[in-house]
Amino acid sequence: MAKKNNKKGIGSIFAGLFRNQIFIPLAALLILVVFNLIADPSFFKITLGQNNAGDPILSGNIMTILNNASELAILAIGMTLVTAASGGQDISVGATIAIAGSVILRILCGAAGPRPETMQAPIIVAFLIACVVTMLFGAFNGALVAYFKIQPMVATLIMFTAGRSIAAWINNNQLPVIKDVSFGYFGNYIPGIPVPTPVFIAILCMIIIALVLKFTNLGLYVQSVGINSHSSRLNGLNPEFIKFITYVIMGLCVAVAGLIKVSRISTINYSVIAKDIEMDAILAVALGGNALGGGKFSMTASILGAYVIQFLTTTLYKFEVPSDALPAYKAIVVIILVVMSAPVVREKFGQLWKKIAPEKAVKEA
Amino acid sequence: MKKNNSLKGKVGISDTNLLLTITIAVFLLMYVSAVVFLGSGFTKPQTFFNILNDNAALIILSCGMSIVMITGGIDISVGTLTALVCMSCAVHLDYNGGNVITAMLLALGIGLAFGLVQGYLVAYLDIQPFIVSLAGMFFAKGMTTIVNSTQFNVAHEGFKALKAIRIYVPFMGSINKKGIYVPAYVEPGVIVALLVVVILFVVLKWTKTGRNFYAVGGNVNSANMLGINVRRTKFIAHLMCSLLAGIGGFVYFMHVGSGSVSHAAGAEMNAIASSIIGGTMLSGGVGNIAGTFFGVLSLSTIKNIVSSLGLDEAWWTNITVAAMICLFLLIQSLVLLRKNKKK
Repeated sequence: MAKKNNKKGIGSIFAGLFRNQIFIPLAALLILVVFNLIADPSFFKITLGQNNAGDPILSGNIMTILNNASELAILAIGMTLVTAASGGQDISVGATIAIAGSVILRILCGAAGPRPETMQAPIIVAFLIACVVTMLFGAFNGALVAYFKIQPMVATLIMFTAGRSIAAWINNNQLPVIKDVSFGYFGNYIPGIPVPTPVFIAILCMIIIALVLKFTNLGLYVQSVGINSHSSRLNGLNPEFIKFITYVIMGLCVAVAGLIKVSRISTINYSVIAKDIEMDAILAVALGGNALGGGKFSMTASILGAYVIQFLTTTLYKFEVPSDALPAYKAIVVIILVVMSAPVVREKFGQLWKKIAPEKAVKEA
Repeated sequence: MKKNNSLKGKVGISDTNLLLTITIAVFLLMYVSAVVFLGSGFTKPQTFFNILNDNAALIILSCGMSIVMITGGIDISVGTLTALVCMSCAVHLDYNGGNVITAMLLALGIGLAFGLVQGYLVAYLDIQPFIVSLAGMFFAKGMTTIVNSTQFNVAHEGFKALKAIRIYVPFMGSINKKGIYVPAYVEPGVIVALLVVVILFVVLKWTKTGRNFYAVGGNVNSANMLGINVRRTKFIAHLMCSLLAGIGGFVYFMHVGSGSVSHAAGAEMNAIASSIIGGTMLSGGVGNIAGTFFGVLSLSTIKNIVSSLGLDEAWWTNITVAAMICLFLLIQSLVLLRKNKKK
């Protein structure tokens, strides 16, 4: 396909680009950047300031975007795998983030009541336990999907319904507050480092998944199961187990996102924490041009999609759109994007381009 | 099981009927055991009618959801669409001097507009229904705030009169503690909901359009080969779902009598859950409106049982509901897995 395009000249390369998966999030990002450049170039200004504690921090819209999109990018990793393998989405992530946060706070508070002066356990222990718990919930979802053949959205509806209630139950509906400043390092700034920690955590997750995809067969297996689980069974794969494992990985992503979420505010609000984040995560996957019906996926495109969503949100805030009215504008942008990327429309774009293209190709020749 | 099961429909029991039977059986079992073991509240017919009163809107929403699910799609915008309808009607009545009739038309219009756009995007542009309705959900949520961001009760006289209408059910009343006979009643919304259920039941069972929904949901390719207009069928399904959400929105509005951003929050998930409990499968092709009706009743009965058991902590309701969805899903899954193995 690529060779063919090269011969046909620049017009066809563009037509090919239209069909390339990463084109959609990249184009969306580019449009947003250009829009902001024209509207107000100071959008991109990054200043070095000081926070309340007197530590140097970088601030600016770009930093806000990178910082706030961290959880979403991490979730997009898990969601992409889940979508690709099982052909469905996990809608329970918001609720399980509440569980992860609740578990972390419960362990840190220990027996000392909801507002301990010092942490009762090391953060790493709390985090690891939260990982185990969310992976167990992931395994529950995965088992329903893989072994009982229940559609993913329906299977995860169970945890979606129960998750926040379980989170409240874990802490007896109290609101624990961690006063220790070191707990806030994961969601805010580590003294002396001017870049918010979530950015590093997100980058770390991306590096890990990139290495995993490069050096293991996970990506290949996930795609083949998503494309045709029957024929991958004939090729010696275990489709059930692969579907199952993607949900467990999703659980791990949820634990990391949960740690960042509770660390940001050092406490938890069961009904509000990570609300609707599952929808944004699915949107990130869809904006990345991945088929929600499973099969081939592009991790880069999904992660880019997550940043596009955050970029859009920050841009809208910049133009003083009230936070409650935000979804309406977001919906319009989403519709424009998905219509642009719809196969039917893209086909027409491609044809249109070919009509214009021959002249250019002749000129080049 | 006989071999030509799929050709001779009367031999053996179809997936749809099997799941429907399970749902109705579980609902009856649940309600009877509630009457036997919990007594007091559940023995009064009014308790049952209250379940209907509280869930009339949900019944209508779930019916629409079932249709879309039967065709293999999904619509998660119905909950926020309900909130949008409530808020628009409330503003229309109180601030823009509208009357009840125009408010009804407004509700239908909003539903119709959403249905046309979403249906077109899903059916003719081949965009995944989940994403389309996700955008619809965001849009409705944002628009509700843009229309009006504060909660307020409607003061319009005509609407108040409509809201106060009670339809008394003969012979179903009970005698309260003071020995006075209290007649049982339902709200007008319940009548609308029951009408919707009956009409859709007939449509799905005996009309060409209704059978097309099943064919498209069962297998798009074979439906196409049978000469069914797949795109139009999907379009109609989504149009009907949003239109029903408009009707359901007005029924909800009649029940609560106020406009608020947080109205019907999570109703789409309740509607999906009810449809599933009622035996509709998200993969399409299997489902029944009667089942959906009992699904809503089961869902709200279990909520009532939990609250009357004295488990006051807020989390128990959600956890039991989730456990119940889980139970139904496992039953369905096991039944179908066994059936497929037998073939």
